[in-house]
Amino acid sequence: MSESKKFLYVNRKAPYGTVYALESLEVVLIGAAFEQDVQLLFVDDGVFQIVKGQDTKGIEMKNFSPTYSALGDYEVTKMYVSKESLEERGLTVDDLMPLTYEDEDDDWAEKDSIILVNKDEIAALMEEQDVVLSF
Amino acid sequence: MKFTIQVNEGPYQHQSSDTAYQFAKAALEKGHEIFRVFFYHDGVNNATRLTTPPQDDRNVVNRWSELAKEHNLDLVVCVAAAQRRGIADKDEAQRNGKDADNLADGFRISGLGQLIEGGIQSDRLVVFGD
Repeated sequence: MSESKKFLYVNRKAPYGTVYALESLEVVLIGAAFEQDVQLLFVDDGVFQIVKGQDTKGIEMKNFSPTYSALGDYEVTKMYVSKESLEERGLTVDDLMPLTYEDEDDDWAEKDSIILVNKDEIAALMEEQDVVLSF
Repeated sequence: MKFTIQVNEGPYQHQSSDTAYQFAKAALEKGHEIFRVFFYHDGVNNATRLTTPPQDDRNVVNRWSELAKEHNLDLVVCVAAAQRRGIADKDEAQRNGKDADNLADGFRISGLGQLIEGGIQSDRLVVFGD
């Protein structure tokens, strides 16, 4: 497919409790094969999806959080995180998993995928997309 | 304008499928094109022909089937989401060793790539859900 569009996946829900986060991740993984320009945004309770040290044994759910760390290998290198959503939940960027990618244009240097954004920046980010999928 | 519609919630519990249906109908009446309707998450439950609402209520499933027939709509149910929730056509039921299938007329089961393709091929992708 020659046409390339800007896709933004908006993750708004906690990782467990509902299936939205898991099934959103499945779309991102499948979508990666289509060679589109892909961005992820974590907002509201969605920021909990990438909190580090998740342990799901007690709720007998599959811990799918390691998959986010692999997204860099699928050329998903931009993970926007809402500053306000972190603050409202008493979180900082240090509470998040270190999500990185290897930049092939920069001698495969390891770079941060996480980009903190405020509300205005999120509005601008959405404005520039062709497709916004919210989960 | 060319639309792809994504339905993320099941029938009756949520109004999203109703709203998506009304949106699709209105868009078609205005001469727009619906490239595809993609059912995801609990939205796959809109595709079971075993749905039996009370007679004085709308039949969400049949309504989609009828709209699909009338306008030759492409109603696609996500295979992974459908398997989790027990929505199967004859082939899927057989493949997974199930003793019954329940996919309603006008729907087909396929992969998530169909959703991404919808996003690429359409002018707008409209998501209905929580």
